[in-house]
Formats: sequence, C-alpha cells, structure tokens
Amino acid sequence: MFEGVPLTWFLIVSTIMFFVGIYGFLVRKNLITILMSIELILNSVNINFVAFNKILYPDHLEGMFFTVFVIAVAAAEASVAIAIIINIYRRLVNIDVEKMNEMKY
Amino acid sequence: MTNNQLMFTIFSAVIIIFSILTVTSRRILRAATFLLFVLVATAGLYFMLRFNFLAAIQLTLYAGGIVVLIIFSILLTSQVGQKLETSTWKKNIVAFIAAAFGAVICIITILDHKFPVEVTDPGRTDISVIGQNLLSTGKYGYALPFEVISILLLAAMIGAIILAKKRKD
Repeated sequence: MFEGVPLTWFLIVSTIMFFVGIYGFLVRKNLITILMSIELILNSVNINFVAFNKILYPDHLEGMFFTVFVIAVAAAEASVAIAIIINIYRRLVNIDVEKMNEMKY
Repeated sequence: MTNNQLMFTIFSAVIIIFSILTVTSRRILRAATFLLFVLVATAGLYFMLRFNFLAAIQLTLYAGGIVVLIIFSILLTSQVGQKLETSTWKKNIVAFIAAAFGAVICIITILDHKFPVEVTDPGRTDISVIGQNLLSTGKYGYALPFEVISILLLAAMIGAIILAKKRKD
C-alpha cells in the first residue's frame, strides 16, 4: 500500500500494458511498430520493478537500479534495431516482416 | 478517494488507453505519438512514487531519446499519411485470444497472492544515495553492472554506426 494505492493496482496496470504489447507484437507487420510494442513490454516491466521496490522493500533501491539498467538496455536495443531497419529499407525498399524471408538479398 | 488514488487512476487510464491505441492505430506516426503519451504517463507514475531521478531518466531517455529516434526512422522509411496494412482477421483473433488469456491468468494470480509488507523503513531516494550505491562495490553496490552497461552502450553505438553506414561497393 502506497499512501492509499495498493500494490495490486500497479501490477494489474502493468499486466494489461504487457499483454497489449504482446498483442501488438503478434499482430503488427511493420518492423517499427513491432519495435514500439517491445518498448511497451519493457516499460510495463519497469513499472513492476518500481512498484515492488517502493511498496515491499523501500529501504534499498534495488528495483530502481534494475529499472535504470533496463532503460539503458532498451536504448541500446532501439538504436541497433533502427540501424538494422534502415539497412533493410535501403536494400528491399520496404520494412514489412512478411516480405523479409531471406537473409541475403 | 485520496489524491494519490485519483492521480493513479488518471495515469493508469492514460497508460491503458494510449497503449491500446499504439498497437491498433493504422497511421504509424500517430502510433509513435501515442507511445510518447504512454511513456510520459509512466514518468508521472514514477513521480507519484517519489522516484524523481528515475522519472527524469524516463522523460529524457525514453520520451526524449527513443521516441525521437523512432519518429526519425518512421520519416525515413515510410511516406507520411500512408496507412498500415492490417493483418487478417483470423490472425487478429488468435493474437487477441492469446493476449487476453495471458492477461486473465496473470491478473487472477496477482489478486490471489498476498504480498506481505515486511519492511516499514521508508528509506531515502535522493540523488546522493543513488550515486553512492551506483559506484560502490560492497553490498547493495552496483559498480559492476554500471561498468557492464557502459561497455554495452559503447558496443551498441559502434554497431549502430557500422550497420547504418553506406557500403562502398
């Protein structure tokens, strides 16, 4: 309980966000929208870490540091993924996942 | 309903509504804007929980950095105003069932579980504590992951430059 807000509320919001991200990951065809779904998933995990840290173990900052590292990994992943996407666009002139069925052009 | 509950309700409503719009919008630039709203509302949740430093990181790195990067790559790879193709309705339904099933199972488990609160010490979240923990090597010190993440960021930067560079041939 954080000043009237129970832990389960945070967990339910982040669960819904996580599975919305999963749905987008399965349904979308454009590579950039898939990347956006992955960002949603990572962000929902961050909310979980922070809520657990604040409500169950507020004396140390473990959840906060995990969140900081997850954000850094997300930034690295987004930059490399966008470099790959732009490279694919240069070769195939579209970024649809279903048209990318071979590694060599 | 207390102030905190009201703020939480507003932030979580924004998060849920805009994350659904992010994965269902047919215009890709709008989807990126909705993602930005989700990330800013998450930063609001962090401010509510008094993690000021983390909320600042969220705003600068996620909302400022990653969303701008995504918008640039959208502008480089697709025409403005172009609508995305949708999947077949069969694939949509299967994905929806998979996601809804997982969400229901997780929410049932969460509601079933009692989370015992053992620690009542409120702790400190100010910037000096964060800096000392981040660079200490003892218990609750994070010097090793800090160094590893710096190597990872350097590697990602070099990799991104090499991948996106124009080939000579």
